[in-house]
Amino acid sequence: MKFDYSDRILVPGYTSCLGCGEALAMRIVAQTAGKDTIFTNCTGCSEIFTSRYPTSSWAAPWIHSLFENSAAVATGVAAALKHKGKLDSTKVIAMGGDGGTADIGLQCLSGAFERGDDLLYVCYDNEAYMNTGIQRSGMTPLGAATTTSPAGKASWGNSRPKKDLPMIMAAHNPPYVAVTSMGYYREIPRIVKKALEMRGPRFIQIHCTCPLGWRSEPAQSAEIARLAFETGCYPLYEIIDGQMTPHKAPKDGWKPVEIYLKPQGRFRHLFRAADGVQQIARVQALAAANIRKYYGDEAVPDFAREAEKKVAETAAATA
Amino acid sequence: MNDKLLSMDRLSIGCVAPPAGSVENKTGAWRAMRPVFKQKDCIGCRACELVCPEGCVAGNAKEKKFDFDPDYCKGCGMCAAECPKDDIDMVREEK
Amino acid sequence: MAAKQEILEGAMAVAHAVARCRPEVVAAYPITPQTHISEELSQIVADGELDAEFVKVESEFGAASVCLGASATGARAYTATSSQGLMLMGEVLWNIAGMRLPIVLACANRSVSAPLSIWCDHQDAESVRDCGVLQLYAEDSQEACDQHVIAFRVAEDRRVLLPVMVNLDGFLLTHVFEPTELPDQALCDAFLPPYDAALKLDPANPATFGAFTEPDKCMEGRWMIHDAALRSLSVIEEVSAEFAKVFGRPSGGLLEEYRSQDAETILIAKGSICGTIKDVIDQVRDEGKKVGLVRIKTYRPWPKDALLKALASAKQVAVIERGASFGAGGVMTPEVKETLYDAGKVIPVSGYCVQLGGREVPPDGFREIIDRTSKGQRQKAYEYFRLRTEILPDLVPTK
Repeated sequence: MKFDYSDRILVPGYTSCLGCGEALAMRIVAQTAGKDTIFTNCTGCSEIFTSRYPTSSWAAPWIHSLFENSAAVATGVAAALKHKGKLDSTKVIAMGGDGGTADIGLQCLSGAFERGDDLLYVCYDNEAYMNTGIQRSGMTPLGAATTTSPAGKASWGNSRPKKDLPMIMAAHNPPYVAVTSMGYYREIPRIVKKALEMRGPRFIQIHCTCPLGWRSEPAQSAEIARLAFETGCYPLYEIIDGQMTPHKAPKDGWKPVEIYLKPQGRFRHLFRAADGVQQIARVQALAAANIRKYYGDEAVPDFAREAEKKVAETAAATA
Repeated sequence: MNDKLLSMDRLSIGCVAPPAGSVENKTGAWRAMRPVFKQKDCIGCRACELVCPEGCVAGNAKEKKFDFDPDYCKGCGMCAAECPKDDIDMVREEK
Repeated sequence: MAAKQEILEGAMAVAHAVARCRPEVVAAYPITPQTHISEELSQIVADGELDAEFVKVESEFGAASVCLGASATGARAYTATSSQGLMLMGEVLWNIAGMRLPIVLACANRSVSAPLSIWCDHQDAESVRDCGVLQLYAEDSQEACDQHVIAFRVAEDRRVLLPVMVNLDGFLLTHVFEPTELPDQALCDAFLPPYDAALKLDPANPATFGAFTEPDKCMEGRWMIHDAALRSLSVIEEVSAEFAKVFGRPSGGLLEEYRSQDAETILIAKGSICGTIKDVIDQVRDEGKKVGLVRIKTYRPWPKDALLKALASAKQVAVIERGASFGAGGVMTPEVKETLYDAGKVIPVSGYCVQLGGREVPPDGFREIIDRTSKGQRQKAYEYFRLRTEILPDLVPTK
């Protein structure tokens, strides 16, 4: 079979890991956007694996500046295009990982959204600073082991829930906010197209499995990402002009979080110790809260309510 | 214009890289496993093509014929895992 | 053509001069004492007198990053800052220089916290002197305006392609009213054609900006910045000569030799302080002493050859600085010493930090420096001039 990459926006030969969720998501976003796009990227895995000078995987114009300014660089690109009368024909897409977006890059991102700058920002959320070796970010979920929130005799891993970045962006009242997942790779093109039909600041967050950082099987990357949603750990939704539409609930019902946590080495410590059960209950309680928030109290399954009760009892006992 | 200013052999001003040069980096050399597209029960759902992180699975949904590009396939196994018909096996790469 | 001088506040004059350079994207964040530049530019845009995108950024880091993105897309971009703001955009300035983007920025020189001070010294600009951003220093409002026009031309010259920072002393120039002639718009347009980027972000001609280089290439990529900066010496002279011809003012150039051609004692300084120094030199010259000033107008690149020539008659030199390198000595002082040493001209060089944080040295201070230097003694260390020791505490606290 003959393979033709001549109309690809992201061409192969990039040095991402086997089963990289970010590579998959970025390939789909780039291809959906098309060639009349200028991309900005922040420092991180995707920047490294697509731009090893002089080889580049980008067939469209692309710029990487610093870790924390993908949004601001995109603001500048959009301003220049606007001045040259080209902003109607050329799309501007700023991209970054969770660290470069929610932590160090939040200032520039918020500024762009507050100003109403005409750009789409895509956050590839693999839940840690993966490029520098799996350090904890503001988007690392509760209980995950990273190199700066390791599990140990005195630690259960990351002690904080994820920063709710999409809601922070929604608070800027942009025309479009979406949370999707590379586990639902068929849905990403529709979401990107929807965003690109609009003007003003738009935000898409894509949950991306990182087999290296999450210590999971590369082949399972898509399945694991889907489990994140199906357990309530990672809510997916669209907000269009302030109207929230959650992703359809899983047709086989909400699954217990253990099914999502078990295939990932970053949660392994929760299953080893006997009192890891308590920590898993905390994760389940967070998932229960998500399900309640987006699907109503009736949607919360009994096993999730049990976990919430357990967590409340423990909190009361230790108060 | 860019062809004069950008090359793979010499630095450009500002170290600007020419587009799409990574095609010369054949990541297929990485793999320890390789997919085998059995083409027995394929329903043409395109999951294999859509899920490949490298974008190196292609084919024809109508003809239900899909295959992988050995130049770039890293052997991650996502195509095999996603195939709803178990029509793709992962075997040891013998090269 | 009749010269049209107006009494203008320095910052306002700069804003209007910049507007006449037709920047396409302006992104600036308020900081004293630069703020009037941004405010006036904002008003000029609001009045429809300048067709530019004025981006109301959320920080100086954002300002510089917006300029970077705009310039990479082929637009002429401008920002203005001081002190803390310059520090905050420091990371981006290195990036802009490395990507060879011809952004122009004004730095209204101001002291850097801590302790906090809004008044003038040169530590802000000097702290970024290594990154490849070219630096011009104005003595007065007129020069600050004119150097902007020169800066855009030099930056965008394909032999250079580096960002250029125009330095003007905070408050001393930004907030002072001086007779200034704004560059004529028609002359400006002829002198400074629209920016035509050789490489830019353009779907019709895609390219990848900001790739990472491995050790086998990185040094060469960075050396190219140094090479371009050195080459800009002749470009600055060329453009300045043309500016003088077109606009009739000697605002550009690498340095100014003020009564130094036969001087035995030569002072070296930059910025508005040179106005006072020139007055003192006139007084001392009236007494028959051979003293002069070499005013550094282009600080980066360092005008080594021009400086050596200007110091030909010198028997002793005093470098007057508004900066310091804590734990070492001066900033320009070692650079002057290196220039002389490399040429085998080992004459006494005294370095004086005459102020940090805005306390001005009166004329008698420069007189004192001239008298001491003229004695030809070798100074032992960089001197913090007229340090008020009476307000210092016990420097090593006793238990």
